[in-house]
Amino acid sequence: MAYSAEKLNEEKVFKDPVHRYIHVRDRVIWDLIGTKEFQRLRRIKQLGTTYLTFHGAEHSRFNHSLGVYEIVRRISDDVFLGRPEWDEEDRILTLCAALLHDLGHGPFSHSFEKVFDLDHEHYTRAIILGDTEVHHVLTRVSADFPQKVADVIAKTSKNKLVVSLISSQIDADRMDYLQRDAYFTGVSYGHFDMERILRVMRPREDQVVIKQSGMHAVEDYIMSRYQMYWQVYFHPVTRSAEVILTKILHRAKDLHEQKYKFKYDPIHFYSLFNGEITLEDYIKLDEAIILYYFQMWQEEEDPILKDLCCRFMDRNLYKYVEFDPAKEYKKLAELSALFIKAGMDPEYYLVVDSSSDLPYDFYRPGEEEERLPIHLLLKNGDIRELSRESEIVDAISGKRRTDHKLYFPADFIADDSKKPNIKKQIKMLLEID
Amino acid sequence: MLKDHAKLMHAIAVSEEIVGRKKLQKMIYIAKNIAFPFQERFQFHFYGPYSEELTLRVEELCNMGFLNEVKEKKGGYYQYRYTLTETGKEFLGINEVEMPSLQDCLLDMNGQNARFLELVSTVLYFNDLPKEEVKEKVFTLKSKQRYTDEEVEQAYQYIESLREKAGLH
Repeated sequence: MAYSAEKLNEEKVFKDPVHRYIHVRDRVIWDLIGTKEFQRLRRIKQLGTTYLTFHGAEHSRFNHSLGVYEIVRRISDDVFLGRPEWDEEDRILTLCAALLHDLGHGPFSHSFEKVFDLDHEHYTRAIILGDTEVHHVLTRVSADFPQKVADVIAKTSKNKLVVSLISSQIDADRMDYLQRDAYFTGVSYGHFDMERILRVMRPREDQVVIKQSGMHAVEDYIMSRYQMYWQVYFHPVTRSAEVILTKILHRAKDLHEQKYKFKYDPIHFYSLFNGEITLEDYIKLDEAIILYYFQMWQEEEDPILKDLCCRFMDRNLYKYVEFDPAKEYKKLAELSALFIKAGMDPEYYLVVDSSSDLPYDFYRPGEEEERLPIHLLLKNGDIRELSRESEIVDAISGKRRTDHKLYFPADFIADDSKKPNIKKQIKMLLEID
Repeated sequence: MLKDHAKLMHAIAVSEEIVGRKKLQKMIYIAKNIAFPFQERFQFHFYGPYSEELTLRVEELCNMGFLNEVKEKKGGYYQYRYTLTETGKEFLGINEVEMPSLQDCLLDMNGQNARFLELVSTVLYFNDLPKEEVKEKVFTLKSKQRYTDEEVEQAYQYIESLREKAGLH
């Protein structure tokens, strides 16, 4: 029997708080889960620094990847099964792509990618196509199978239907993370009727469409996503932790460039500092390693690195005020000068952070906003873009919400024992007591 | 602080004017891919590499009053022109950006059409593949554009000429 069709002697199940059970029957899926590259995802949190705001958010990318796989498995084995537009040959490709879509994420990837100019999608491809356990499992399906999986994840596959299941405005990835993140953070947003959405999904040649009768469930899903972004993902305290984490990495990199002698040799960072990270080095990185260095760097001589690490480890985060870059950029320059006078390097201690989200958008011919829209399947068989049928979705389509905040160490500014007059001016400009 | 905003404004300033969102996206992607430190991340979309972060930044700069966006009807669709406003120039004066040789590259790209830049950016996106595979990707993923072998060759030559302009040779 071909490896791609091989089944386990008996079904394996993972207990899961979101989907109740994750079901595995395919040998290739079971083998992929067992690879060291996939197991590494257990050591990378799904929501990065969010656990410092919502203490329950300790779940990993491993949990989420299994969840996305399970949703796609249900779509493929229950909803699409036997439909003429669905090619059964694509089943195992879709399942593998769903399971592996986040494989290249590194620890605290948002900050890491920014500081070290990395791209987790590049590493997802590199792990799938490189000399790895995952690659060897995929090659057993066929020599060109790793490339096919990588193409689906990178959205460069010609099979648009399969791509849309993993990555679109209503995909298995989003459906899992909204529910999972809501569950683990404990918030009441993020819940929607996924069972209903799955029941009304239909395959078409180049994307998934939703039966018109499921429109209200989709509206609910879009609103849930909107709420989760502003209540959880862009929470200002989480962003404060993210700002400090990013600055720690910046400081460590700068010190390395200045030939600073670290008390604790950051051997895991050297290839990152030098921009020569190999796949092997990358796979070794996880949050345990990063947090080890943060712990040790609290004892460093460099006052900035030491302070930032203490802040992160002890959750002594920056405070923030609202900031309007258009109106206040001159004020920012003034503040920056005052911070220098007060002995605080503004590069590390005065940080503008922006968040922005576009809840839903549709493609306008000739323009570059290229989000694949959600399409409804009408009773007469016609296909119509969602916002043309739904007033709720129409009201938020293309409406981007952006928020800027200015972060700073309030405790340093409140300490009047040094440079009280300058700090008084800083407080006045920041409009804080 | 607001460095990434300043970099993008600098790119538009040295290009004098950029017509079309697609063109702007491709110019920044190509510049980033070749040598210049733009921070926006790109993924593959319908027209090739595309950055939602870049779209967002442009929108922000327009809202801040730093960029001027003129929407004009062209045939069956709308086209957008981007230039710096006076306030934008003032902001850029305070937040200087140093990217020598960027202007040469961007002015050259600005003289090309968006269709060709779409091809160039797609070739760059798949640059780690052998040329024959890149061609196959271009012909499969961009079948509607009907690019020819000759155009792909031109794209490769163009990339080399840009690298020379950027001082990479």
